[in-house]
Amino acid sequence: MRPFRFVPDNTKIAFMKFARPGFYASVAAVVVSVALFFAVGLNYGIDFKGGTLIEIRTEQPADLNELRTTIGGLGLGGSELQEFGEPTDVLIRIETQEGGEEAQQNAIQTVKDALGPNVDYRRVEVVGPKVSGELARDGILAILMAFVAIMIYIWLRFEWQFAIGTVATLVHDVALTIGLFAILQLQFDLTIIAALLTIVGYSLNDTVVVFDRFRENLRKYKKMNFDDMVDMSLNQTLPRTLMTSISTLVALISLYVFGGEVLRGFTFAMIWGVVIGTYSSIFIGAPLLSLLGAYVDRAPTPGPGDNPQAEIAQP
Amino acid sequence: MLHFSKLKAFVIVGIVLMAGLMAMPNLLAEKSRESLSDFYLPSQALTLGLDLQGGSHILLEVDVPSLKDTLEKQLVGDVRLRLRDAKIRYANLKRTGNGASVTISEPARAEEGFTILQGLSQPLDTGLFGQGVQVQEFDVVRNGQNITLSFSDGGLQTRIGRAVQQSIEVLGVRINELGTTEPTIQQQGTDRILVQVPGLQDPARLKALLGQTALLQFRLLCDNQPQGAGGTVPLGCEELQDKETPGLLYWVQTSRSATVDGEDLNDAQTGFDQRTNEPVVNFRFNTGGAQRFCRLTQNNVGRPFAIVLDSEVISAPRINEQICGGSGQISGNFSTQEANDLAIVLRSGALPAKLTIVEERTVGPSLGSDSVEAGFAASIIGLIGVLIFMVISYGLFGLFAVAALVANLTMILGVLSFLGATLTLPGIAGIVLTMGMAVDANVLVFERIREEVANGRSPLNAIETGFRMALATILDANITTLIAAVILFGMGSGPVRGFAVTLGIGILATVFTAYTVTQLIISGWIKVRRPKVVPL
Repeated sequence: MRPFRFVPDNTKIAFMKFARPGFYASVAAVVVSVALFFAVGLNYGIDFKGGTLIEIRTEQPADLNELRTTIGGLGLGGSELQEFGEPTDVLIRIETQEGGEEAQQNAIQTVKDALGPNVDYRRVEVVGPKVSGELARDGILAILMAFVAIMIYIWLRFEWQFAIGTVATLVHDVALTIGLFAILQLQFDLTIIAALLTIVGYSLNDTVVVFDRFRENLRKYKKMNFDDMVDMSLNQTLPRTLMTSISTLVALISLYVFGGEVLRGFTFAMIWGVVIGTYSSIFIGAPLLSLLGAYVDRAPTPGPGDNPQAEIAQP
Repeated sequence: MLHFSKLKAFVIVGIVLMAGLMAMPNLLAEKSRESLSDFYLPSQALTLGLDLQGGSHILLEVDVPSLKDTLEKQLVGDVRLRLRDAKIRYANLKRTGNGASVTISEPARAEEGFTILQGLSQPLDTGLFGQGVQVQEFDVVRNGQNITLSFSDGGLQTRIGRAVQQSIEVLGVRINELGTTEPTIQQQGTDRILVQVPGLQDPARLKALLGQTALLQFRLLCDNQPQGAGGTVPLGCEELQDKETPGLLYWVQTSRSATVDGEDLNDAQTGFDQRTNEPVVNFRFNTGGAQRFCRLTQNNVGRPFAIVLDSEVISAPRINEQICGGSGQISGNFSTQEANDLAIVLRSGALPAKLTIVEERTVGPSLGSDSVEAGFAASIIGLIGVLIFMVISYGLFGLFAVAALVANLTMILGVLSFLGATLTLPGIAGIVLTMGMAVDANVLVFERIREEVANGRSPLNAIETGFRMALATILDANITTLIAAVILFGMGSGPVRGFAVTLGIGILATVFTAYTVTQLIISGWIKVRRPKVVPL
């Protein structure tokens, strides 16, 4: 069987030509995301905001309006109801109750009493005010730690210009994901932090592969124009970048469609992250490197030549 | 590079087969699983997380104010006892909110009293930094005739630690009585306890058992009883609520001599009242408790007393005769289960302090099994999707990559089972994600081989160079994701941690299978087929 090429061979796309507008567009998108984060804010789940989440299954398709009236009339403060996957499944969220940890437990009982016995409680989660504060702090800490650890690793393996390029792509990816969650007002909970960290890992994977090739070419072709070399490296790694993204997306889409409602937020963030991560390694990492390129030390040992075709002559 | 010595090939295949053996128990029913160990085969299967099998995850926190309250009460009692034993007169013995203070009546004996009270402060082993770091439980300060005992920071921390340990034991007894399978109770941080109970139908009952301090007391009622609400509580009395009837109040004596504590109980069992046939709890005192209860009832025949559980009055019967047999009965309109649970908490003993639920996550069995099905479906369909994609893109080599991927999944399952790890829903997501990303190493190698072929290398040379050149990149790319997984594991709790574990193990397995195993397969293929062209 002849393999089918999803990505044509020997592409000669002048990425650096698009790099400048792409870079500006990205910077604008990051600024908008940050603005959205502060102006609109995220729709935090109970992990970070505290409160109670109850997933119920009713025997008949649930009447959301009726349920809303019932729950709203219990005097438990702000509550939100939404259909969850099936018409019989409803997700109820109740805000943190005044009166400390015990008040949260009483709230569950109040809801259970009001809904009666013919309801299947599929999930009950209560996060008290103390724990939610800690989870939020730990989440932010984890992302910062990941940034620092990765920066150190890249700095050890490459040169500092690469480390800056990498972290810029990571900031970009995380910012845009947060921005998307702010626009769509999707629930932002612990699994999204997990998704963010995985996106960071994935996007980095892409960036590192491109940088690796870049470093290799840097040693081979000492006199080549920097931008041309970035273009060449990007074109050489393009098939791999896209192939891996496609196969990861195949797995993720399967998870999104068949993996159940509970994982959907996480998978959605991951799918977005893979797309953004692929884009950013091409349009953020590489151009930034080209910008900082003047400072890269080219190895003093002579390379095999500056003509890419010269490689053929090697045994 | 492409030549594998027999030994090396043997080791690689051996590792994969061993992982297969370790993963095998997951495919078998529980019964046949047990027989595996008879053949010296690994028999441990993956444990499903609470989100997959249903169950409750409850995080409890020792209520420090309530612990301090108990400790202060004890301290005041101890000070009184020591000074009385030494026949030192004192006044103004009171709680300070962080200990106790007392005034020695005769200035001449203040120093003696100070020395005696210093004896109360035991050196505690903090258990920090290994052994041997000791702190004084109290700071004892004398100011003229005034002596103040206040908890030291280290002393209080150690006490909290002990309370956590004690609570874990007590909770262990209580939860075991519920008869559920494999509950786990462990300390978390300095002042928290994580309780995980799988497959429970009614978390409300579990929570009731966990939350009860279960301090049982027998206390005499005061002579005057409240007429409705709003009366002034008489001196030496305390106002307590009835457990059943809201608004029904009792005035109960506070003095130690009018109280017998339930911590002197030997046993508690459910029974039925012979006359009314109502469920009751029968209990037996130990010797000390029996004596005290005998004395209390002897001196107060005809007067009512209250059975108090956690500051609520269960019932207030009249003492008809002295009770010196050491056993008694508590009745109070219980249902059978209530009586049962009361017996359980009395048997397990009281908690040293109140525990509050700071986090709860309960998944019902229906959602759990739905999630297992969904996760399984997503994994299979994802695997098929990746398989089709790889075979279309890389033909025969794609098939090799998929073989390596199957070995990869086997290894992930094998290692997870061997470690006795818990599989959670996010953990399944981690596995599916690994499937997508695992072929990355193959893609890197294959694309590199294609490039080398395009550069004019011979098939063998191109394959060898492709593997060699891609290795550094594969390592770099995977280490970075591993960093993310490690950090996620460090900060994560519960399900998210499960994701970090499968992601991390997945990455390690990926580097081994996608690189080494694929290489072995391809080298075998080269030996057999002696290809003139690379089929990429």
